[in-house]
Amino acid sequence: MLATSACALALASCSGGGDNASAPAGDSVSVGVLQSLTGTMAISEITVKNAEMLAIEEINATGGVLGKQINALVEDGASDPSTFAQKASKLIESDGVSTVFGGWTSASRKAMLPVFERTKNLLWYPVQFEGNECSPNIMYSGAQPNQQALPALEWAVAQGYKSFFLVGSDYVYPRTANLILKKHIEKGGMQVLGEAYVPLGGTDFSGVIAKIAQAKPAIIINTLNGDSNVAFFKQMQAAGISPKTMPVMSFSIGEQEAQAMGAGLVEGSYAAWNYFQSLTGEANAKFIAAYKAKFGKDAAITDPMVHGYLDVYAWKAAVEKAKSFEPDAVRKAAASLGGFATPMGTVSFAANQSLVQKAYIGKLKADGQFEIIADSGKDIAPEPYDALAFPGKTCKL
Amino acid sequence: MDALFLNQLFNGASLASLYLLAALGLALSFGLMRVINMAHGEMLMLGGYLAWMTLLVVPGAMGIILAIPVAFIGAAAMGGLILSTLIRRLSARPLDTLLATWGVSLILQQGARDLFGAVGVEVRAPEWLTGSFVAFGVTLPSARLFIIAIAALVLGALALVLLKTRIGLLVRAVNQDRMMASATGIDVQRVDLTVFCLGSGVAGLAGVMLALLGPVTPNVGQSYIIPAFLVVVMGGLGSIVGTTASAIILGLFAALAQIFVDVSVAQMLLLVFVILFIQVRPQGVVAVKTRQLDA
Repeated sequence: MLATSACALALASCSGGGDNASAPAGDSVSVGVLQSLTGTMAISEITVKNAEMLAIEEINATGGVLGKQINALVEDGASDPSTFAQKASKLIESDGVSTVFGGWTSASRKAMLPVFERTKNLLWYPVQFEGNECSPNIMYSGAQPNQQALPALEWAVAQGYKSFFLVGSDYVYPRTANLILKKHIEKGGMQVLGEAYVPLGGTDFSGVIAKIAQAKPAIIINTLNGDSNVAFFKQMQAAGISPKTMPVMSFSIGEQEAQAMGAGLVEGSYAAWNYFQSLTGEANAKFIAAYKAKFGKDAAITDPMVHGYLDVYAWKAAVEKAKSFEPDAVRKAAASLGGFATPMGTVSFAANQSLVQKAYIGKLKADGQFEIIADSGKDIAPEPYDALAFPGKTCKL
Repeated sequence: MDALFLNQLFNGASLASLYLLAALGLALSFGLMRVINMAHGEMLMLGGYLAWMTLLVVPGAMGIILAIPVAFIGAAAMGGLILSTLIRRLSARPLDTLLATWGVSLILQQGARDLFGAVGVEVRAPEWLTGSFVAFGVTLPSARLFIIAIAALVLGALALVLLKTRIGLLVRAVNQDRMMASATGIDVQRVDLTVFCLGSGVAGLAGVMLALLGPVTPNVGQSYIIPAFLVVVMGGLGSIVGTTASAIILGLFAALAQIFVDVSVAQMLLLVFVILFIQVRPQGVVAVKTRQLDA
């Protein structure tokens, strides 16, 4: 009931979203940027939209793509999966965009998938997710489970943590990620001492924490999303459990979330990502400087933002390689691009249209930045279907 | 006894305290005016944000003590405003009141989102509220002990007001027979306003307590308003004793169910429990006797 009305409000306030659609087709090419600009996901997704727009502006300033300026049509997914599907269909079928950059939650991606498959268009998806999906019409640049969750598990095992407690929000990503983790923990002869799910946005952790206190795991693996994290860490603190005595590894806390939550609360907890703002390297320094110059010096830079940014450049490179804006030609070219430079280092797209990338483990400092304490060393090839959790399934495009 | 069980018994008591603070205002105003205020949850939210702002101005131990009256008065004023500008003009039409106050609820939520941002703000509790005690192998966070104490105090104060003061007498009179009370010269509208402000103020207080446990978000009220409605329905509409009893029953039920199932499933079981309870005992825990023919 609430979701519907929030959506109606958002729609009413954003009906002018695609006004700039009528640019001449000769010297420009239209692309869609589809993120939530209103609703609960807006806080995260607006920053991804900003990073995508920054890449588009940079490309336009240096001559565009195949001699054409990029005309970005920004639409609001309003944190509502069905709105994402409607807007994707509008962008492709009414505005005639060549490709779309966007999406965050798995629910929004699942809702858009049929639209992209029906129209044979191409979506560039920037966020880590649960895998178990493989479509020719999506380029998955965010981490597959074997590029974030499993490296985090390997790191924990290497530190000598042998018993685990899994806490997550109750929806598809935490459930699937934990299913995969459990298979690997059991295979390694270790123990899952407990598993607890709280409704998305839930703030009552009394029961969960009582169970954790009784189970006494060596480490907690946290797939909670959004505001629930504040309640979780706060009530843990009140129950006398600190990150020092019982470490927490989180998959959804980045620089932005740490900044918004107050880094003091989550200081000392661990995170696994493919990018941290604290990564060294000239490309990263340049990207951070450009972003801050445009969106404020206090802006936090996160993994999904960098994936959104590199998606635009990957699309440009693929279009130039294919010498065509045709989605089918572009996706084939993207998968055979080879390595390209990004703020997170050199990455490439694999034949299964997911990104080959490294994984890093960070420890949160009091200033809201992560100290990188471990990395996967080599690039990790993406595996959409975990061999233990989903045996026999393969990604054929 | 099992430490997890004892722990959950304690957590149940603190959950019951929150349910009670959230539900008291609903029960009072429904008993008196037969209106359901859908924006009641936003009084919790308002209380939470007021606590946050108070602590920005007065940080530290004094801040949280000061936040309690600030949140109470702020939420009471907002309640008074909603009653006098909206509900009073619609009071003969319950369905319209329901829709209009739901609209107010949405406006307040979006207003908070625009003012304070979609991400929750964190109220930093003073040292003496962030620690915990250990007794009988059970960890007792002091924030939760504080919440139980405040709920008991509020309940005691409310009982005193209703039973021992003149305004309490008037409230009980209007509650029993509105027409007759009005005919004897009681200013019924003023009684309405007093009770509505009182109920909203208590909800504001509940908001301060919630802020001690988690972030204050624009939709923080939503996660407590449903249990609050359940408490009111199960308690017997309009009865303070019934509301208290059913808050304790539901708080304990929700907490103890979590020993066996996930939080999501526990919420579902809570609904099933209330539905079955109402089947067996439609009048609620305590049946309210009134002299009205239509009641």
